Parts: sequence; structure tokens; C-alpha cells
Amino acid sequence: MLTALKQKFRTWLFRPKIESGTVILTQRCIFILPTRQGLALAFVLLLMLLGNINYNLSLGYVLTFLLGMVAVMSMLHAFRNMVYLEIRAGRADAVFNGETAQFLLHFQNHSKLPRYRLCLRGANDRMVSFDIPARQESEVAFPLPTTRRGWLEMGALTLYTEFPLGLFHAWSYLHFDTRCLVYPKPLLAAPLPFGTSPDGIDERAIAGDDDFTGLRNYVVGDTLPRIAWKVFAREQGLQVKQFSTPAGKELWLDFSDAPDRNIEEKLARMTRWVLDAEAQGLRYGLRMPDSELPASNGVAHRDECLRRIALFNLPQQNDDHSHLWEEHSKGSKVGREREKP
Amino acid sequence: MSKPFTYALLLTILMVTAPHAGHLPLWVSALCGTLLLWRSYLTYSGNPLPKRWLLMLITITSSSGIFISFNTLFGREASVTLLILLTTLKLMELRTARDAIVLIYLACFTIITNFLYSQSIPTALYLFATLMVILTTWVRLQTPSITFKPCARITSILLLQAIPLALILFILFPRVQGPLWGLPQDAFASSGLDDKMSPGSLSRLSLSDEVAFRVSYTGDPPRREQMYWRGPVLWDFDGRTWTSGKAAQTAAPQFTELEQAIDYSVTLEPHNKTWLFALDLPDRISVSANLTHDFQVLSKEPVNTRLRYDVRSHLGYHANLHEAEWQIQRALQLPPFNPRARQLAEKWRANSENDAAVVQAVLTYFHQQDFLYTLEPPPLYANSVDDFLFETKQGFCEHYASTFVFLMRAAHIPARVVTGYQGGEFNDTGNYYIVRQSDAHAWAEVWLSGQGWVRIDPTAAIAPARVQSGLSAALPLMARNPPQWMRNLRLNWDTIANQWNQWVLGYNTERQFAFLTRLGIESVTWQKMVMSMAVGAGLVIALFALFMLRHMFAHRPDKIQTAWLKLCRKLAKIGLPRAAHEGAQDYAQRIATVRPDIADAIRDLATRYSALRYGMGQDEQTQREFIRLIKKFPSFRRITESS
Repeated sequence: MLTALKQKFRTWLFRPKIESGTVILTQRCIFILPTRQGLALAFVLLLMLLGNINYNLSLGYVLTFLLGMVAVMSMLHAFRNMVYLEIRAGRADAVFNGETAQFLLHFQNHSKLPRYRLCLRGANDRMVSFDIPARQESEVAFPLPTTRRGWLEMGALTLYTEFPLGLFHAWSYLHFDTRCLVYPKPLLAAPLPFGTSPDGIDERAIAGDDDFTGLRNYVVGDTLPRIAWKVFAREQGLQVKQFSTPAGKELWLDFSDAPDRNIEEKLARMTRWVLDAEAQGLRYGLRMPDSELPASNGVAHRDECLRRIALFNLPQQNDDHSHLWEEHSKGSKVGREREKP
Repeated sequence: MSKPFTYALLLTILMVTAPHAGHLPLWVSALCGTLLLWRSYLTYSGNPLPKRWLLMLITITSSSGIFISFNTLFGREASVTLLILLTTLKLMELRTARDAIVLIYLACFTIITNFLYSQSIPTALYLFATLMVILTTWVRLQTPSITFKPCARITSILLLQAIPLALILFILFPRVQGPLWGLPQDAFASSGLDDKMSPGSLSRLSLSDEVAFRVSYTGDPPRREQMYWRGPVLWDFDGRTWTSGKAAQTAAPQFTELEQAIDYSVTLEPHNKTWLFALDLPDRISVSANLTHDFQVLSKEPVNTRLRYDVRSHLGYHANLHEAEWQIQRALQLPPFNPRARQLAEKWRANSENDAAVVQAVLTYFHQQDFLYTLEPPPLYANSVDDFLFETKQGFCEHYASTFVFLMRAAHIPARVVTGYQGGEFNDTGNYYIVRQSDAHAWAEVWLSGQGWVRIDPTAAIAPARVQSGLSAALPLMARNPPQWMRNLRLNWDTIANQWNQWVLGYNTERQFAFLTRLGIESVTWQKMVMSMAVGAGLVIALFALFMLRHMFAHRPDKIQTAWLKLCRKLAKIGLPRAAHEGAQDYAQRIATVRPDIADAIRDLATRYSALRYGMGQDEQTQREFIRLIKKFPSFRRITESS
């Protein structure tokens, strides 16, 4: 009962809310409390005051009041150090499991005063501290360790400052819906499954570059040599040359081909395959038990493969949770391809 | 701990402890100095800090040393010494930010202890500078990323903002009359008159320029030769030293035929004794005090803080016309020394028809013989009065007063020695008199029937200038006669110091009430003071807050951005929020594909937004058009209807 009330109070006071766009820190979302050090100073000041009264030290009063008022003003300075900061959540590039995910946050300081010694702290007590010069934007990477594949939520962060004297702790909660895709950690080495490709190793060198079949619009991830620069020079936009490759030269990375028994190990092996196949410039397709990607290559293709491997067999809500765009674009054709359960 | 920071902290500790060096035991000052040097060397060389056991050893040994020096660890001197020692020792284990904070707090506390010894203006300025250094170090500790200059700037801003607030608190914080717990007897150093007088005691005091008290008269000041400030009255003589002795019983003094009333106020520097100085003869006094049978004003408690009191005195009086017999007897007692002086007195007694004639004869004798008024008389031996009268004939006021009273008593005239101050220096900038230790004086009082106690100053018979214009006029050779400009400078400085004493240091319960009443607060109570303190400080803080956050309000997202965010909110309501990574154009493109019905409007707005925000300077017209369009943009409900 009491816990529930407490939770309710916290909810009312701190208004935890998951943000997806820009947050501006207003007075409503900045909280201030004295630190332990601040309380200690209060105690020291009290002792001083007693001494002053006892020995009738006028200058002692002056000093005590000065220090006390410096402390009070430091509260305002702490508040000002945070207020009206504009914070945008940036991207978080996918990483392999075991690496550290870097969530980018953009801090925009509109004022002509520098912001000193801001600290970001996550649930895991990891802390990043930084300054933002006057009228500038700083990009701050908040690191989170990864322990398993799938989506890693940035979670709630605390932005706080104890500037200038460490007597007051001014803080605000930041909860963005940013998440980072964590690929499985690839096996160190695993031979590509050429068993399914009857033509053998010699095919690799020429894979996918055989016959020019036409142009298509540029999409992010296309490699530079593929861009039709002559067409671009004629101001007809970015076009990419398309080639067709004989079907027999495609490499299929099949879930069932992985010899491991454990799913996670299979996925680790497949991750290695995708990386190697892309590195060797092969055309490759991905066949998972629940979906299939036609053979292609390029960074975008590789990432899509890795994504499917990373998200394979994970609970649905983990994928959808709080990711607004995907929820709202249900039924539309533009939405990213989603795995069927 | 970075090196510059450690040096800054070392400087802080040095600055707060240095003024104590004068009154700490020598070995403590030396130890602290050594520790500071050692710590600087360790920082400089990068060597590790001393081991824990070594520090423990030093701490225990030196604490025992302090205990041995003072016989306690709790008296004021002992605890200040201990505090300074422990602060310095703490430097030796300065490793973490926490240690630094502890040191900073200790430094602040040590500042306060400095005020126990001096609260003068130079001390205040010095310790204010120290406070700046402490605060700068403190800011630097919290924000290691910034350099000295912004550090000093932040400190100055904090201090400048704190000053008016501290002033409000200083004026309105209800003063409690201390002490809360017993002050140890050593609480305040004393210099000044003593309750005994022997040859040389006053001449030593005359070398001191220290202020004894300051006087401002309500009306016209009396003439200089009337300014006798009565201090201890000495009755008992052992042949060399006069002491106040113990009165067997006390009777209230009787004053009759009082005339020439004069009102003045005295600001007495603490001297750790109970005497309150007043002109002869005091009648009324504003503080709680006793008037003794020999007309001394004694405070109930030793004066260990600066004390201000108003007095009314009468320059013309008859005092104790009917003196008690035991008092008369007491004033006639003599030790069995000085036969020649006794003979001389007997001779005068025989030749004179009354007591007044004897007095006159002695004064004439002093005047006519070659007596010399000097600060450095030759030493006197067992029969000090004889030696002085017939051999050396050189003396300072205590010699003349002592000899005179001896002669009177030998001639059967009741007499006693009165010590105190005579004269004073007029400060015309501040319109008050400064009475210094160098104005210390001794004179005599004789009891004549029909007149009571009458003041006789034998020094006036030898060196009238001493009484009329002060010591430097009487002793031109001894006098340190500074040039006029220096004298003026000194007087001006004393005026400031006096104001400082009166208004800053002497701001006690009484002054506070008087000041607040003058400010127009009626019937001052502490509740009222606390209320007005809270309100006043609150208002000033609010003003500062407005001023400080003014920039912030001015630089919140501009109108264009606000309008754009508004549009985003409208779209978010229909389930199309902008993703964090999306630029305006991308967002519009995405919406256009989902909602063809508003595609054109959104694309147009996005284009306008990009142009306004990232394009070249756009005129007012375009901006206003953009904002208008967003306002006009249909909100949630109408979009659903239309779709």
C-alpha cells in the first residue's frame, strides 16, 4: 500500500515519460536537493554560528552569513547550469554482443553561458561527465555494455550537475526511446558453407558483377563503385548500376546448415558467415526458419541479414516496444519489413 | 588531485593559519611550517605521501605536546592550536576529493578562530581575500575541467551575490547576547592598567600606542586638565608597590554640591578587568555597574569585548565629606621605611597652619627643586621615597604620585593614589577623543575636612605640559613627533576604525534594536526580525534568479522552432511523431506517403521550415507567414474527419 502510494507520488512528481524527439529542460523537470556535502556544510555553519554567539564575533557572523549565502546562491547556479538545455536523442549504431553500445545524445546550449560539469548516469551507475561551451552543441556518447543479442534500450538516464560547489544536486530524468541493435557475437572463424554452391571457390571473384541489366535509384548502403557517376553528372540523380548474376553463383547462408546444436551458437556462426561473405564480395542470401532474404550484397544487405539474425526467435514485444514508428505504420507499405512470428 | 590544485589548497591552508603563527607555541608554528614545506616538496617531486603509522605517530606526539604546553586540550588557546595542527596534518593525507572538501571546511572554520584574536579592518580584508582563495579552490575541485580564469569569475559572482544577502542577515539576524557557555579566563588578551603600581609600571605602559578607549562628548568637552579618567584606586603601600588592598567593608559614596554635569559615551576596548573608566565623578552609567566607596566604576563581569556605555559625570563635587573613620585610618598607614621623607613631612606639618598649606608646601617643593620628569628614571632601592626625593630627583608620574601620597600620610593627611588616564587625543574628523595606553597616569587624592576627597596631581607641579597638552609636549626629547600629514592620516584611519568598531564589531542586541528602530521598524521583536530577514533575503534571491535566468529565457528555441515543434505535436497526436533522427524533409516525405491527404501541406511547411532555419536570412514576412500557416494547420480532429 505504502509502496504503491510512494510509486504514485514519484510518478506525479517526476512524470517519467518516454520521449522520442527533443527535450528541453524546463524548471518543471529539474529537481534540486542538497548533497551530503551540502548538509555537512550546514552543520559546519551551525557550529560557526554557535561560536560567533558565544564569543560575540561580529566578523564571524559576517563570514558565516557570507558562506551560507554563497551556498544558497550555488543552488541557483546549479539550476541555471541545467535549465533550457535542449537534448535530442541521436542514433545508436549497432554493435556486436560484448562490445559497448554508444548511445548518442545531442546537447544544445542556446545560452551565452557555458554549462559546466554535466553528468549523465544510467541505471548501471556508469557515468559520463562533460561541459558544453556557450551557444554550442555537444554530442555525448553514453556507453552501455551489451550482454545479449537483440534490442538494447537506452533506458532512463539521469542528467545531473553539482556545479559549482558540490553542495546541491540538480537533476533531471531523460528517457528516450532510443535503442541499439546488438548482433550476436560472431565466431572467431567459421568456413563459409560452400557445400550448397556447386561451382566452388572460383566463383567468388566474379560473383555478382557479371551482366549489366539496368539502373535503379540509389538507396543508402550502396557501394560507391556501383553508382552511375556519368548519369549523376547529367543531373539525373543518383542511380546505381544493377547487375545480374547467374543463379548458381549465389551463396545461401542457411540456418539449418549451421552444424551447431545450440541456437545461439548457430546464430554466432551465421553472423561470422555474413561478415565473411560480405568481406569477400560474394552475393549471398539468408535463409532463416521464419524468413528468407534473397541473395544480394552491399552494406545494407549485410546489415539486414545481421538484423534478422540478431532478432531471430526473440519475443515480439521486445522488437515493438516503444518503437513508435513501427507501431504507427502498421498496415502501410512503407514500414520496414517485419518478421512474421 | 592535480598538482596546481594541491598547491592552491596548500596556499589556502597557509593563508588561514599564518596569522596564528604569532600566538601559537613556537614549536607548533615550526612543525606546521615544516609540514607545509614537506607537503609542497612531495607534490613537487611526486613522491608518495607518508605512511599512515608515521602520521599517527606525529599526531599523537604533537597532541601530547599541546596537552603538556597548555595542561588541557579544551581551553581556547589549546583547541585553536589543536585545530591548526590537525588541519595541517590533514594535508599530509590529502588523496581524494573528499579529503579536499574536509580541508576546505577546516579552512573556513580556521578563519573564524582568527577573529578571536583580531577583528580589525586589515584582518577583515586579509581574511576576505583568503575566502576568495578558498572558494576558487573549491570551485576548481568540483569542476576540474575549467581553468583559473572562469574559476575566479564564478567565485567572484557567487561572492558578489552573497554580499547583499549576508548584509541583510547581518543586520536582521537576531543577536543573542553571549556567552552560551563559560568563556575560559584566557579568552582575551589584556594590556593596560593593573591594580598595583610600582616604579616603572606606568612608564612602561606609556610606550604603548594602543587605544584604551574612545570618548565622544554630547556637549562641549571639558578642558583638558579636567580630563582625569579614574581607574584603580590604590591604598596600601609596602615601601615599593601600591596595591588596591581589600576594603574591610564598603559604604556607598556620598556626593554633594555636584555641578558642571557632562554627558559623554565611552567605547572601551576589552582589557579583561572590571574597571569602567569615567571622568571624576561619575553619577549615572548606562550599563550595569557598581560605584565603589572610592568612586571607581566596576563592571559586574570582566570587560572582554568592546563595551560602549554612556556616562554623566560632574566635574565639580564634594565627595565623602564625612568619611568613615576606618577609611581615614586606612589612608594614613605607612610602611617603616624612608626616615628622611618622614622628617621632611613632620617639618612641613609643624610649619603649616592647616592641611591645605602642607599640600601647597609639597607642591612648591616639587616645583622649586630640580625635579625632572622623565620616562627613564634611575633605579630606586629599599627606601624608594628617600632615594627619589633626595638622590635621583628623576621620575615619571608614578614616582611623583607615590612620593606625594607618602609625604601626605607622613604629615597625617589621609591620602591615596589614583591611577587612570589623563587627557587624550582629539580626532577632529570623527569628533571624538582617543585615549591611549600612553595616556596612563597616576595622581593623588587627599582628604581635607570640609572638602572631602580632593584631587592633587603632583606631576602638574613639575611638568604642567603633561596635563595641559599630553605626554609628547611634556617630554619633547622622548616624543615621537610625526609630521602633520602622518598624524592626520593616523587620525583619519582611527575614525574609520572607530566607525568599524561601533557599527560592525559593536553591533550587538542593543545596537541592533536602536538601528532597526531608526529604520522605522516599530517595537522590534525577534519574530519581526526573522520575518523581515526571510522576506528580504527571499526578495533579493528572487531578483538574482530573474537576473540570472534572463539570458535563458531569451535564448529558448526561437519562434520558428517553436512553431515547427507545434506542428510536430499536432502530427504526433494522429500517430505520426517525428523520430529523433529524422530531419524535416524526411519526416514530411514519410508523412506524405502515409497521409496523401495532407502531403502537399506538410511538404510545403517542411520546405519553408528548412529554408527559414538553415537558409540565408529570411525576412519578417516569411517568418510570420510560416507561423500563420502552422497555426492554421488543421488539428487532430479535423484531420481524422477529412481522412
